[in-house]
Amino acid sequence: MSSRPTEMPGVAGADEARSERASSVRYVALRLVQILPTLFLILLVAFVLLQMAPGDLVQVMVGESGGATPEYVARLRQTFGLDEPLYVQFLNYALNVVSGDLGFSFRNNMPVLQLIASRLPATLLLAVTALIVSVVLGLAGGAVAATSRGKWPDHLVSLVALFVYATPVFLCGVGLILLFAVALPWFPIGGFADLSGERGAWQAFVDVAAHLALPAFTLGTAYAAIYVRLTRAAMLEVQGQDFVRTARAKGVAPARIVWRHTLRNALLPLVTVIGMQTGSMLGGAILVETVFSWPGLGRLAFEALQQRDYNLLAGLILCSGALVVLINLLVDLVYTLLDPRVRIR
Amino acid sequence: MTQTEGSAVATPDRPTRSRQHGFLARIRGVAVWPLRLKLGLVVLLVEVLAAVLASHLYPGDPFAMVEIPFLKPGEMSGYPLGTDLMGRDIAAQLLHGARFSLLVGLAATLIATVVGVTIGLLSGYFGGVIDHSLMRLTELFQVIPHFLLAITLVSILGATLGNIIIAIGITSWPMIARLVRAETLILRELDYVKISAVMGAGTVRVIVTHILPNALPPVVVAASLLTASAVLMECGLAFLGLSDVSRVSWGGMIGAAREALLDAPYMTLIPGAAIVLTVMALSLIGDGLNQLLNPRGHA
Repeated sequence: MSSRPTEMPGVAGADEARSERASSVRYVALRLVQILPTLFLILLVAFVLLQMAPGDLVQVMVGESGGATPEYVARLRQTFGLDEPLYVQFLNYALNVVSGDLGFSFRNNMPVLQLIASRLPATLLLAVTALIVSVVLGLAGGAVAATSRGKWPDHLVSLVALFVYATPVFLCGVGLILLFAVALPWFPIGGFADLSGERGAWQAFVDVAAHLALPAFTLGTAYAAIYVRLTRAAMLEVQGQDFVRTARAKGVAPARIVWRHTLRNALLPLVTVIGMQTGSMLGGAILVETVFSWPGLGRLAFEALQQRDYNLLAGLILCSGALVVLINLLVDLVYTLLDPRVRIR
Repeated sequence: MTQTEGSAVATPDRPTRSRQHGFLARIRGVAVWPLRLKLGLVVLLVEVLAAVLASHLYPGDPFAMVEIPFLKPGEMSGYPLGTDLMGRDIAAQLLHGARFSLLVGLAATLIATVVGVTIGLLSGYFGGVIDHSLMRLTELFQVIPHFLLAITLVSILGATLGNIIIAIGITSWPMIARLVRAETLILRELDYVKISAVMGAGTVRVIVTHILPNALPPVVVAASLLTASAVLMECGLAFLGLSDVSRVSWGGMIGAAREALLDAPYMTLIPGAAIVLTVMALSLIGDGLNQLLNPRGHA
């Protein structure tokens, strides 16, 4: 991260700026092309899962309507293209998905896409809040552990992180409910908001925030435990490098070294891991949302599971997979902003 | 990824033998084992012992209803941990459950390791189109949320012991594959590997005798951490009601107790504590092995 001595930002020249911009445009285009095969494979997985699932669309429909003659069933199959060869069926499925039709959830009597869209905001709110909790706790814990390496704060932080990591996320949620919603009724047991007539925006905000606190903390600490270890290791590695020693030698205050030099550089590996873990966080949301009755995608997955609604489960896999791909793309782009060296490769 | 670099770059100029020897020798000297490794192994050993002795200590069906339900721990002698919703002995279930939970963790890890090592070796050694397509496959399993895929698979295939193991196994291999690929990429460029190929050793021979053994240390570390997450995943599945109802497991106990979560939290907390202990032990083992096998990579 040493600065290039020849560089003079003000006089850099329009040419350089333009070529730099062109190379970032090319990089973005390249990454966009790279995600296409992955998106195709996700589509294939969803299709295979639907094929593996017991019962097809027609059986479900017939079951819902209370029975039909074999001839009628055969005609229905024909209408929906279920008598076609598999690759044609896959093509039809792919075309449907691309045009925004993820199938119909008969249990909820709603198109799958609409159902998912209606639950997405709650999950995003939970995930983003949990992410903030995990990064703040993870960085703070990691910084404390790294700066007091081998002393008791280091051991304490590491022990707590190990314990939290080893605790199943739903158990952590149950524990928090028992403590802070039952024994000490500070927070609501679950749900998104109390439905109570007319109220201002501020009350609504406080209401949702109170409901959000425990689930976000539960999901956040689970990842904070991982980030603590990561931050600690990354900071210890950076601490040994020359520029940190130089900073120390020239008398920079220790707190400033941690803040400006080691912690900042330890951020890079953390950003990568956070990107890779968005999928896992959506998975964790299934358990957390189930425990706290949080009306998001995770809770929707649990409901789909209980109702054996495979259309919905396949749709959820499709959407969450695509979401993770997009978030990773975003993380890559953020990475190039944080560390220009990445673009050169 | 320091551990990867550390282990692979450690001795590029020494002959093959010494490195393999060094790997085994480092494991053999119990005296130099890190404390956390010993601690984790002791806890795990006690649990394995409990699993083995379960039938002797609590003969008979752990699913049998033996007393009135909702007995709190210590309320009645003979049932030190109380009874569950159906009046079944929690202590008996806890010991019998150790078997299933450890089995799921180990078997799922075995599947993930075999798949991951195979894909990583092929991808890293051959490169090109093979590498490219296998890496797309790996990426696929990384972007689909593991847990979501696992619950969908178990739900479709049916919640049996085998299906749970398969579902956890095939959603957990990408990490191993990436690790082994990275190792292989470095190892295949080393002189002794190239020389061995020039001297006429077949591709299979080069991979199995030269690359595989040297790529293993980080895999051993990753596998112990993977076992920990497999145990966690099994109990997550069970909490959602996806457990093999014909077998006692810690996750299954938690799943069954969900309805009484607020009235009788001990039914959840007791098997929960067993899981926490197991996962902590496995993490400590992973940490300790990392320290032992990659002394340079360890901070």
